[in-house]
Amino acid sequence: MPNKQHKGISYAKYGYLFSLPFIVAFLIFSLYPTIYTLILGFTDCKGLGNTDWHILEHPFDNFKNVIHNKSFVISLKNTITIWLMNFFPQITIALLLTAWFTSRSNEIKGKGFFKVVFYMPNIITAATVAVLFKAIFAYPIGPVNDLLLSSGVKDTAYNFLVSKSAAKLIVAFIQFWTWYGNTMIVLISGVLGISPDIYEAAEIDGANGVQTFFKITIPNLKTVLLYTLVTSLVGGLNMYDIPKVFLDGGPDNATLTTSVYIQKQAFSGSYLYNKASAASMIMWVIIVICSAVLFWIMRDKDEAKLNKEIKLAQKKAKLIAESGGKEWL
Amino acid sequence: MAVRKKNASNRAFIISAYVFCAFLTVLSLLPFIIMIVNATRSTYQIQQHAISLVPSHFLKSNFEVLKDKGSFNAFKGFKNSLIISVGATACTIYFSTMTAFALVAYDWKLRKPFFTFIMAVLMIPAQVTSIGFYQFMYKIHMTNNFLPLILPAIAAPTCVFFMRQYMIPSLPMEILQSARIDGAGEFRIFNQIALPMMKPAMATQAIFSFVSSWNQLFLPSILITKNEKFTMPMMVALLNGDIYKTEYGSVYLGLFLTVLPLLVVYFLLSKYIIAGVALGGVKG
Repeated sequence: MPNKQHKGISYAKYGYLFSLPFIVAFLIFSLYPTIYTLILGFTDCKGLGNTDWHILEHPFDNFKNVIHNKSFVISLKNTITIWLMNFFPQITIALLLTAWFTSRSNEIKGKGFFKVVFYMPNIITAATVAVLFKAIFAYPIGPVNDLLLSSGVKDTAYNFLVSKSAAKLIVAFIQFWTWYGNTMIVLISGVLGISPDIYEAAEIDGANGVQTFFKITIPNLKTVLLYTLVTSLVGGLNMYDIPKVFLDGGPDNATLTTSVYIQKQAFSGSYLYNKASAASMIMWVIIVICSAVLFWIMRDKDEAKLNKEIKLAQKKAKLIAESGGKEWL
Repeated sequence: MAVRKKNASNRAFIISAYVFCAFLTVLSLLPFIIMIVNATRSTYQIQQHAISLVPSHFLKSNFEVLKDKGSFNAFKGFKNSLIISVGATACTIYFSTMTAFALVAYDWKLRKPFFTFIMAVLMIPAQVTSIGFYQFMYKIHMTNNFLPLILPAIAAPTCVFFMRQYMIPSLPMEILQSARIDGAGEFRIFNQIALPMMKPAMATQAIFSFVSSWNQLFLPSILITKNEKFTMPMMVALLNGDIYKTEYGSVYLGLFLTVLPLLVVYFLLSKYIIAGVALGGVKG
């Protein structure tokens, strides 16, 4: 066909045209603000609504300041502690439930119901959950204290909201409570993706439920487990809604996470946009490193798929070219 | 003997599994039950016993207090959140499908680098760019406006990724080809052939996009300062304030009002939501 080449080119243009809205929106609302934030990190920009700023004499001052800032270090430690306190129970219970719900020898009835109920907290607005838990742990007459007193576990009401460790535990618990159902569903779908042949072989070899779980399910779930780990870590590093609304980072900075720290620096007090920007960028680097790990884990699978597609497409193109038939795309 | 032992251990397994699941069910539901029941009880009743499973009859007076006392306004918050979430969801779904269409249907030079790029920005959260975003919006006088909360949804990498995965097996190129032969333009092909075929994927993604937009707190709380433009999560945060410190019943009622639309959506669509989560990659 004489016009084949011509047509191919004219269609390629639509590829660019159709991805244009995405690219424009990304440039304006994502890339530009990111660069802006980075630049602000090197400036003296502070004060409410101030848009007049200059690059500092020593551009890295803000970054040094933030890294040595006591509150920032505390917030980073808190973020990681709270994440660890929520992640380990979460993954343990999610794995346990996954093992039960995918057990071949002991069918559990009502799986659908349990899945719906366990996932429900995840869909509720985090701000609402935070206020609700504050009310539930209220002192001296919240539901939890009511329960502790009337069951005789305690003689006097306990003020959870002024205890540093209790506040941290409650934030971690809320995170656990909102996410374990989600993790469970992701893990179950991972297990269902494992070839049933392997399980059948194990059954024939006489493996019991526990052996099957540790020798077959866990090794085959590796990618899904790593994916859960890294997405949870990235989400955990951005934890904002719950610690912010629950006790606004308190008591005594016990639930101050890095996102709450950044928000407080930039949008309250003396509006230190420059320091908050520097802190944002430090967090950005940490998150990018974590994402890179995730990307690296997910890559081989998708790339293999992509390469396969390309090969198939090339083969097709070749076939069509050889037969000299209709144009391809 | 061996068979009996196995049966006994099986029964123990089943019982412990059900007991644990029942415990988690209570754990998941109890906070909501407390919330709903206490929304109908008076402050005095809650002070006497904060946990009760018996609803009372103070729903109306709690509502009056909620309406008159502070700046909490569930209906305004509902309206504002609805505008933002519907707008953002429409943008996300339409333009992500379009971007996925560009990635699947056309063979262009930068196709592969562009996809790699989308994968790379997948995990970058909006929070870390918020200060630059705020300054930018402040400069062009877009604070207290809903557009900065809606338009960024056009570039939703997660949704593009999902749509592409769904589109590859379900969009036959032959149909596009025959539509071209019939003289259809590329935009018409996208709007009238590709879009209808993507309906199931669009529905799933719409739910998640809507819920995440509805629930977000960080960006709205930075950009919006006027009370009449507060979104639902911002209204909820108001319930934490001093005005409501002694009005327990009203706080529970306020929480209940903000949760109600989500609960309705969840119980109508839970099947699709669970299936969507199982497909993975919605965790932020």
